[in-house]
Amino acid sequence: MLLLIAWRNIWRNKRRTLITLASIGFAVFFACIMQSMQLGSYERMIENAVRFYTGHIQVHEKGYWDDKTLDNSLEVTESLQTKLSGEADLSAYVPRIESFALASHGTLTKGVLVNGIDPIKETGLTDLQGKIVEGQYLSTPGDIMIGEGLSTYLKAAPGDTLVLISQGYHGANAAGKYRIVGTLKFPTQEMSAQAAYIMLSDAQYFFNMPNRATSLALLLDNSEAVPGVKADLTSKLDTAVYEVMDWKELMPELVQSIEIDYASGRIMLYVLYAIIAFGIFGTFLMMTNERQYEFGVMLSIGMKRRLMQGMLLLEIIMLAVLGVVMGIIAASPILAYFYLNPIHVGGEMAQAYEKMGMEPILPFSLAPEVFVNQAQVVLVMTILMAIYPLWIVGKLKVIKALRS
Amino acid sequence: MIVINAKNISKTYNPDKVPVHALNHVNLEIKKGEFTAIVGPSGSGKSTLLNIIGGLDVPTEGTIELGGEDISKFSDNELIDFRLKHIGFVFQAYNLIPVLTAEENVEFIMLLQKQSEKDRKARTVELLTKVGLKDQMNRRPSELSGGQQQRVAVARALASKPEFILADEPTANLDSHSTATLLDMMANMNEKEGATFVFSTHDQRVIDKARRVITLEDGKIVSDEVR
Repeated sequence: MLLLIAWRNIWRNKRRTLITLASIGFAVFFACIMQSMQLGSYERMIENAVRFYTGHIQVHEKGYWDDKTLDNSLEVTESLQTKLSGEADLSAYVPRIESFALASHGTLTKGVLVNGIDPIKETGLTDLQGKIVEGQYLSTPGDIMIGEGLSTYLKAAPGDTLVLISQGYHGANAAGKYRIVGTLKFPTQEMSAQAAYIMLSDAQYFFNMPNRATSLALLLDNSEAVPGVKADLTSKLDTAVYEVMDWKELMPELVQSIEIDYASGRIMLYVLYAIIAFGIFGTFLMMTNERQYEFGVMLSIGMKRRLMQGMLLLEIIMLAVLGVVMGIIAASPILAYFYLNPIHVGGEMAQAYEKMGMEPILPFSLAPEVFVNQAQVVLVMTILMAIYPLWIVGKLKVIKALRS
Repeated sequence: MIVINAKNISKTYNPDKVPVHALNHVNLEIKKGEFTAIVGPSGSGKSTLLNIIGGLDVPTEGTIELGGEDISKFSDNELIDFRLKHIGFVFQAYNLIPVLTAEENVEFIMLLQKQSEKDRKARTVELLTKVGLKDQMNRRPSELSGGQQQRVAVARALASKPEFILADEPTANLDSHSTATLLDMMANMNEKEGATFVFSTHDQRVIDKARRVITLEDGKIVSDEVR
């Protein structure tokens, strides 16, 4: 019956209840939209970063990440490949050799980052083929692709020959000449001026490290699978030999920038919540003050204070839950629409996005936390707002209430 | 058998500022099953005395025993519990729970007492039949007349089978017909249920019906007439 009384009580003043519900609903609606955009852009940012280079997870020889030398490379054994292929959520794994070399063309010389890659697997992860601006994609041993900036600096174009000199595995001399087949466009100047790509087999030969790689980048079906796959691989692989790192460890600066942005977004949300909270608090105060006489009667006929507080709390929770549900119901179709049809940005912003190698869209997220977070915050906030009215009821003097 | 025993009760409001002595060393004994009216002019202390008897207010001085228990020493929770088990209240303004129907209002007390649903339903129907409102059971207070609401309030007061029914000006807002009906009904219930009734009233019709009339003036009992 307590539930029944509480339910009927909230509808005693329909207009006030509807206004309260509307304010809670609006807060939730707005918060859902904001958070959906935020999470959507983070998801896209992570996906872009993962697909730009790192992959979701990387496997290295233990110690490679702290000391990126060829001597810390790993052997790509059958056993290792079998273990990787056994992962259900694995979409592809991409072996790489990364090291530095001196590149020269004619009288010009520059330090470059040499990437030994499997061209098909690499483009499956990073869409490297899509970055070709001149010439063609890597397909034959002896070929090399270089960044646009490097091409300009060395005054080398497709068809020219580039000489690489470096130090190989365990201090071996490394020297080779490669025919430039294509130039690549990168969003950052640093990469454009440094990146050079050769076949993995060429890199293994060049650096004198047959069947070895400095890293294996793993692309998963979705980023939610990262913790599971990482845990599984950590248990399957000998951690004294290998290190398994996820994108968060590989790109701590990205995690940090997301956290900072998320925190600033939360502050905005909390400001919104605080405004709404005062409105709700006012309603609760009215609800409590105008019913003091009624509470006095309830106490006089033998209703315990705790029960009465429970009834009031139920009313407050019902209001909050209804408001949250209304807000989520209002936001869901809009979020679903924008999830399927992201907003396309235009003008300079679009160019900035494209420069960063990102699609110029404002993506939305339908992740459960978009809704769950708002529901939690509003419920907690509402219950906090209820403390004062509940305290008033707890301290109510029967006789004073009956005289009110 | 004395069931209400007020000993040397005094009540002073605003003792630190401008003291108002609502009750002044009142001694009162009421026997089981009495139908008593407390009368007197406005400000004589009728309602204060009734509130103290009902444990809604505490005396500044003196003790009050109900059914042999000194309720002036009870804690707030003990008083609430005592009221639930032993006292039925009828207020001037009816004071039904507005969101509940007549039936639910009567049943509510028994629910607080944790009676079984079967007993609750049976007692509710019995009481609403007695007060002539069986057909109005599903109506909310706003759909009932003042007299009907007060009859529901009486049914509610009796629902828990209390030993004491305390009524503060129960007929103040009723027309003469409703007053007569209510008084007959309460007198009848007093005889059949055996509860002790104590009213505070100005209403001559209530006074005429009472078997004992206690008159208060300036917080003191000035007459105590048993008829």
